[in-house]
Amino acid sequence: MALSVKLAAVAAAAVFASNSAFAEGYPDRSITMVVPFSAGGPTDTVGRLIAEKMSADLGQQIIVENVGGAGGTLGAGQVAGAEADGYTILLHHIGMATSATLYRNLAYKPLEAFEYVGLVTEVPMTLVARKDFEPTDLAGLITYVKENAETITMANAGIGAASHLCGMLFMQAVDAPIVTVPYKGTGPAMTELLGGQIDIMCDQTTNTAEQIKGGTIKAYAVTSSARLDIFPDLPTVAEGGLPGMEVSIWHGIYAPKGTPAEATDRLATALQNALADPDIAAKFAELGTKPSPAADATPAALKAKLESEIARWQPVIEKAGVYAD
Amino acid sequence: MDLLSNLGLGFATAASPENLLFCLIGVILGTLIGVLPGIGATATIAMLLPITFQLEPVSSLIMLAGIYYGAQYGGSTTAILINMPGESSSAVTAIDGYQMARQGKAGTALAVAALGSFFAGTVATLLVAIFAPPLTIIALKFGAAEYFSLMLLGLVSAIALAHGSILKALAMVVLGLLLGVVGTDIYTGTPRFTFGVTAYADGLNFVALAVGVFGIAEILRNLEGDQDRTVLGTKLGALWPSRSDLKAMFAPMVRGTALGSALGILPGGGAVLAAFASYTVEKRLSNTPEQFGKGAIAGVAGPESANNAGAQTSFIPLLTLGIPANPVMALMVGAMIIQGIVPGPNVATDQPALFWGIIASMWIGNLMLIVLNLPLIGLWVKLLKVPYHVLFPVIMAFCSIGVYSVNSNVYDLYAVAGFGLLGYVLLKLRCEPAPLLLGFVLGPLLEENLRRAMILGRGDPIVFVTRPISATLLVLTALVLVVVLMPSVNKKRAEVFSESD
Repeated sequence: MALSVKLAAVAAAAVFASNSAFAEGYPDRSITMVVPFSAGGPTDTVGRLIAEKMSADLGQQIIVENVGGAGGTLGAGQVAGAEADGYTILLHHIGMATSATLYRNLAYKPLEAFEYVGLVTEVPMTLVARKDFEPTDLAGLITYVKENAETITMANAGIGAASHLCGMLFMQAVDAPIVTVPYKGTGPAMTELLGGQIDIMCDQTTNTAEQIKGGTIKAYAVTSSARLDIFPDLPTVAEGGLPGMEVSIWHGIYAPKGTPAEATDRLATALQNALADPDIAAKFAELGTKPSPAADATPAALKAKLESEIARWQPVIEKAGVYAD
Repeated sequence: MDLLSNLGLGFATAASPENLLFCLIGVILGTLIGVLPGIGATATIAMLLPITFQLEPVSSLIMLAGIYYGAQYGGSTTAILINMPGESSSAVTAIDGYQMARQGKAGTALAVAALGSFFAGTVATLLVAIFAPPLTIIALKFGAAEYFSLMLLGLVSAIALAHGSILKALAMVVLGLLLGVVGTDIYTGTPRFTFGVTAYADGLNFVALAVGVFGIAEILRNLEGDQDRTVLGTKLGALWPSRSDLKAMFAPMVRGTALGSALGILPGGGAVLAAFASYTVEKRLSNTPEQFGKGAIAGVAGPESANNAGAQTSFIPLLTLGIPANPVMALMVGAMIIQGIVPGPNVATDQPALFWGIIASMWIGNLMLIVLNLPLIGLWVKLLKVPYHVLFPVIMAFCSIGVYSVNSNVYDLYAVAGFGLLGYVLLKLRCEPAPLLLGFVLGPLLEENLRRAMILGRGDPIVFVTRPISATLLVLTALVLVVVLMPSVNKKRAEVFSESD
């Protein structure tokens, strides 16, 4: 603890020297960043990495608090009801948009309860299969799935999870009723995929990259619009013939409605500076993703993203007819 | 020999002064938080994660691993002294350990637990070093059908846990199963028995349940009596196990280690199941089963060895597959990623110093723990001399902090209060909480895997008997049932029952 206090003090001195124009004095104490998922998961990792860098820029410690449960809606609800003074913020992912449809009696309205800080990163997903699964490329997979829909099983990490959203898109894209098998989290789902108990899965690169590199599972495509640096040979879904399947797990930072613009702007600046740090880029690359560009790390960009994503997912979820409440 | 050179590399890494220091810090912290009721390894590691940013990857992981197995040691201390299991796996230790403490043999119980844990830790570390890859292959053979059959075996065995009536034990298992049902159904997303409280959407918190039905209930019972007395009216007695005690603990320790090592590899309830299974086995093999539940040494030595062995081998899936077997391992994954190491099947070849360093540090850490803990036993036991009216508010305060820190969820505290009352009522009715806990832990896994196996089998239950591992486990379950229902055993149980009344 002593070390981090010292670090914060050094950083504070640096900020005052370089940024004396910021006279409001925000922030003058530590900030709580609520991560609505359990510690150690991919979202928590993104949160902790960015919180550490932003702390250095703000001159105050950002403390990550994990408030997990109910697909992230508990933590988001807590922040929605928190004091709008800029000292409680929320790091949430795509679930902010899908929960608007997945949960029909949410205690807060995702579009009305928050101020926006900015986008942090967009994690691509990969379509993978057990290593001895027959099809060798995406085109082959599509044909195979259409011909053998009844015998194929697809894993996901529970309703509303990234793997579930991507799975819904895949099934609607190939228009085949595959049997889905939910697991409690991605870990058990990946174990069963490694063991050959199930056939296919679509999951964040964070979870699949090392397994793909190790040759323990087979990858068909990435769901991003461009190929990934870590897998230059892996085609995108659009190249492979499924253009409607582009999806990323985007992460954004929010503050309770009514938080002063000075605070959200200061946080956005800190976010942009943190994202520009090569160290963050390197750490994000390990996760198979990259920092959002400065233009996206703004309140306006995050607001636009949330609005368009709510509109995009509503029909997908309604067509699948699954709700989490 | 590859193994020798690898282990050499591991010990060279783990024995650097810096890493030794972090290992020591880890095990001390782990012991301390384990001793504080309610605060578990998960909460502590979560709180300490940011600090590990500044450390070398190997050092930070060695420290976090130290906290994990240190907490296992510490958790059994509270289970024995104040009947308050901090981790699910030490719930079993509380059964006989606390009885030993009430008889003035707290020191013996603590020493038996420490020695059993050390033995198990040593053997399991060797297993991890030698057999990690082949053991992984076995773990991967476990699909939904196998898990279902394993859970069924565990639940049926739980009935043997009880030292009272079979009917009451069965009722407790069923109550545990029902409590385990609370939360969102993962297959349909429907909330079950949450009464509209979204905070219970992910189910009831295990720590809240354990602290309530074991710890709070025990406090309530103690408050019935004279409030000025110490927890234990009796003399404290010998601190060290006698020669005959050591002899009595040896075989259970070896069997517990074997069970724990085998079950620890399986993700999910592995280590918990191991502790319960070990207790059942020891009671079945014992010449004096009537002693179980009244302070049997084997009832402490077996489960303690099993849960420590399980804790060590639960690193296997993490190290060889990059897949966490429990929430603590998930945190370790987070710590590794933050350090720029993404766990996966290649860690052993890409980062040999890290991989073998962690394995070697496990043994070093276990050695430190025993050196640290044996002298501390005298101190822990003295705590029992603190007047109860001073001790119980402190226990309550730590419990509340500990339970709250797991999820920062105030509803978990309401759950503690509710389960405390339930536990007190059960105590008055002479119903035991251990089978309830087992039902609560295994119930959701049983249901989840049953339904998953049925989905994978396209609705045909034949999968449970056509898969060899599953079939074997089902046969074992049937055998346990037959043994429990056999007339001679029934008679024996009846005798035990009448004695205990």
